[in-house]
Amino acid sequence: MAQPPPSDPAAPPPVELKDPVLAAFLAWLIPGLGHWYQGRRQKAVLFFVCIMGIFTYGVFCLGGNNKLGYGRAVYFAFNQEEWRLYYFGQMWVGLPALPALIQAVRVSNGEPPIWHGFMAPPRMMVPKDKLTEEVAAQPTIHDLQSALAPDFDYATTFTMIAGLLNILAIYDAYAGPVVVPPSKRRKMSSSDKEIPEKTDAEKLPA
Amino acid sequence: MMNLPLFAAFWLRLWHSGFVFAVPLVIALSLVYAATRHEEMKDILRHALRMGITITVFMAVIFVILWYFSQGL
Repeated sequence: MAQPPPSDPAAPPPVELKDPVLAAFLAWLIPGLGHWYQGRRQKAVLFFVCIMGIFTYGVFCLGGNNKLGYGRAVYFAFNQEEWRLYYFGQMWVGLPALPALIQAVRVSNGEPPIWHGFMAPPRMMVPKDKLTEEVAAQPTIHDLQSALAPDFDYATTFTMIAGLLNILAIYDAYAGPVVVPPSKRRKMSSSDKEIPEKTDAEKLPA
Repeated sequence: MMNLPLFAAFWLRLWHSGFVFAVPLVIALSLVYAATRHEEMKDILRHALRMGITITVFMAVIFVILWYFSQGL
């Protein structure tokens, strides 16, 4: 938990956590937004830059091109042909990964993807009578793998790690920094001074 | 004295291999993890630096072990 036991003399000052539930929701929505709301601006910037940095790199630099569209490694598919379980890691980035759900719903309803295929699932097996020109223009998973290899796999890794890292940030917005045991803290923190252990007599209340 | 062409060739080879993709991941992972352990930026950076070095050394050791056993395959 965020608040260390009050008897620990070397403990850092307690962190003011404004509305933890709302902050956790905001931290999920946009990485760092929950910390910004709580007034923890430095950590907000750090989380946003680190998490959105690797997510954006995976979406725009590795996971697509002008011809195929961008964000091709972030998509949701849950059917017999492909179980895209990676999305369960990517979705923790929040709003930036939500276009994949919109595209998945559209495609499952038989509609063509929008936004030039941004975060759209690849074309699955479609009966010939339902294969419209727009659907046929979409790349299959084999097209993506061969056109973007090996970057497609790197993009999947980058975006998934970004999502998983945001789980840590969400927890930090909700409960504050994880308390490090005093034995380890003395080695880690420069601001902490060596404080001698209290004797039994000192521990007793006056 | 350092052999500059050899050094440049090493980094060029590294750039074209997948290793270069580990760099942003190690940096982001170290910083985010350290930020969930501390509130002060100074402590976060110190923890992140130590964790980044640990991850890099761990990956290097695993790489050397795998490279050694892959000889002659």
